[in-house]
Amino acid sequence: MADIVLIGLNHKTAPVELRECIAFNPEQTAEALDGLHQSPQISEVMVISTCNRVEVLLVADDSGICVPLVKQFLANFNRVSLGEFEPSLYVLQNDEAVRHVFRVAASLDSLMVGEPQILGQIKEAYRLATRKKTAGVILNRLLHRSFSVAKRVRSETGIGDHAVSISYAAIALGRKIFGTLEGKKGLLLGAGEMAELAVEHLISHRIGQVLVANRTFERGMALAERFGGRALRFEEIGDCLKETDIIISSTGASDYVVTRDMVKAVMRSRRNRPLFFIDIAVPRDIDPAINRLTNAYVYDIDDLKEIIEENIEDRQREAVAGERIVDEAVIRFRQWRESLDVVPTIVALRKKMEGIVTEEIERTVGGLNHLSDNDRTAFKRMIPSLVNKMLHDPTLFLKGDGGHGDRAVYLDMTRKLFRLDE
Amino acid sequence: MQTILVSTTILYLLSTVGYFLYLFLQREVLHRTGYFLLLAGVLLHTVALVKGTVAAGHLPVKNLHETLSLAGWALAGVFLLIQSRYRIKILGIYAAPLVALVMVFASQIPRATAVSENIFGSAWFVIHILSVFIGEAALALAGGVGLLYLIQERAIKRKKRGFFFRRLPSLDLLDTTGYACLVVGFTLLTVGLVTGFVYAKAVWGRFWSWDPKEVWSGITWLLYAVLLHERLTVGWRGRRAAIMAIVGVAVLLFTFFGVNFLFTGHHGQFTRW
Repeated sequence: MADIVLIGLNHKTAPVELRECIAFNPEQTAEALDGLHQSPQISEVMVISTCNRVEVLLVADDSGICVPLVKQFLANFNRVSLGEFEPSLYVLQNDEAVRHVFRVAASLDSLMVGEPQILGQIKEAYRLATRKKTAGVILNRLLHRSFSVAKRVRSETGIGDHAVSISYAAIALGRKIFGTLEGKKGLLLGAGEMAELAVEHLISHRIGQVLVANRTFERGMALAERFGGRALRFEEIGDCLKETDIIISSTGASDYVVTRDMVKAVMRSRRNRPLFFIDIAVPRDIDPAINRLTNAYVYDIDDLKEIIEENIEDRQREAVAGERIVDEAVIRFRQWRESLDVVPTIVALRKKMEGIVTEEIERTVGGLNHLSDNDRTAFKRMIPSLVNKMLHDPTLFLKGDGGHGDRAVYLDMTRKLFRLDE
Repeated sequence: MQTILVSTTILYLLSTVGYFLYLFLQREVLHRTGYFLLLAGVLLHTVALVKGTVAAGHLPVKNLHETLSLAGWALAGVFLLIQSRYRIKILGIYAAPLVALVMVFASQIPRATAVSENIFGSAWFVIHILSVFIGEAALALAGGVGLLYLIQERAIKRKKRGFFFRRLPSLDLLDTTGYACLVVGFTLLTVGLVTGFVYAKAVWGRFWSWDPKEVWSGITWLLYAVLLHERLTVGWRGRRAAIMAIVGVAVLLFTFFGVNFLFTGHHGQFTRW
């Protein structure tokens, strides 16, 4: 039986400087697939390259030969000496390789456990391999299984439930307050990468309008234009609190920009609609005493960080349940691979044929009352010889390598044609 | 008759179990189980009430056993309606045990029929009873939603997101649901009181007779009227509205039970035991 082999390095085994040297962009990946597939040792191959990992997944008859071959290929292709990165490489085979692919696809092996991008990256890598025709029966099955494992892990565990970035945590809180963010008004005070990211997330949650107030009006105008919103003067903040629902603050001010009295003054004209302050600035912009007012909620950067830490712990707990799903899938995949062996396929095929012939003969003979016992035995004896004759050529074909190279293709085809897996 | 009520109670209890398992395990199937058990309970309960009405020739509300049973039915029914509109799955852990408790309590009370005056037959009476009971059920649910609101608000304010934070819906949904319960409950309560006056005029010849139940119902009505008024004019919402809704339930319970135990009056016999 052919071996499934995985050779690679990831964020746990190699620092980023090293991963950069080995990484493939899409064109290089296509080129590498061609290069690797030319080797007669390798019947199927695909390359997964993301910023956190570079992995070559292949099916080969003799893993002993192809592992050093692939390692050397990686070195030559990237013009790096093998000695430099060989200690960071891991080589996994069969069940271990299968488990690894499942875990990566399900985001159990990610730097941020549960992050959803990796599945898309693997799908992209697989698409490239199918386009280049370097993926065959085994990789097709393996990758499709890994997609469904990833889906199961995501839906049956809470691995992707909890926000693990500041802006996502803020959005999650906002949704616990407002239900939906659709149509709510946002106000950005100041500027800054994290605050702008949060505003972008708000917009992707279809927030109604974005207002921007900046000490320098021009800067505010530029940001407002970017978010499709409106710029305000800094002095207008107090008035503007009547209108907005979500305030993201990130100014360099040394004093509170929004005070308790300012909020208290607008509450009545807001008809007590809730106000949610997200204070990313250090020192803080929003008076923490505002949190004690009814229908006003203030979260500062430390509060949000605390949420994220809790969420990461939660994800890790959920990952344990994910591992169980992976274990199951690994066992099922092994069973499928074992069934792709010649002997069990031929046995199953014979059994199926015998079943059909026996059933039909018995039904016919059972209806013919004039037959003697001898006649009946003669008919019964016909069963095995009929099956032998029918299956003679298919059996020879399957045992004899199926003519061209990849026997797994024909075994898989046979099992599908005769529905042997049911 | 007895077996139907016992089965109903058992369905309510099982539904309670389903909802509590849902609270802890968060499996959708458990929530559905709780919901459908409660639905089955309400249907069976309706059968029991119809049978009782046919047998007695009027709504079965002659003693505490029967009124409690009707209250349980109204509560469960209103909960199912609210649930289908607002989908606060977690509200089941308030409603289902409450209904089950009412039914268990009812089953423990001797059902000696009290005085049988000929005052039950009128349509005014039927409307009076049904709207008061259904209205009070809606107000009781408003209190439950208020309680959930306070729990969730506390979690968000204190930044301690414990057991309930992820199990409870958004503050906005809780507030909206509470408001809907309040509007429905208050409207029906008003209809109930008005038909009560009309009916009293027909039976006793006067609209208002300073019966303690009447007085306390008036107080309850005023309380809810204030809450609704504040919501509509200054936009009272959230925490204050939730606390008022809970206080309202306490007053409501006193009107329902307390008045009968502490005072006497022409409503007393319906809850006598």
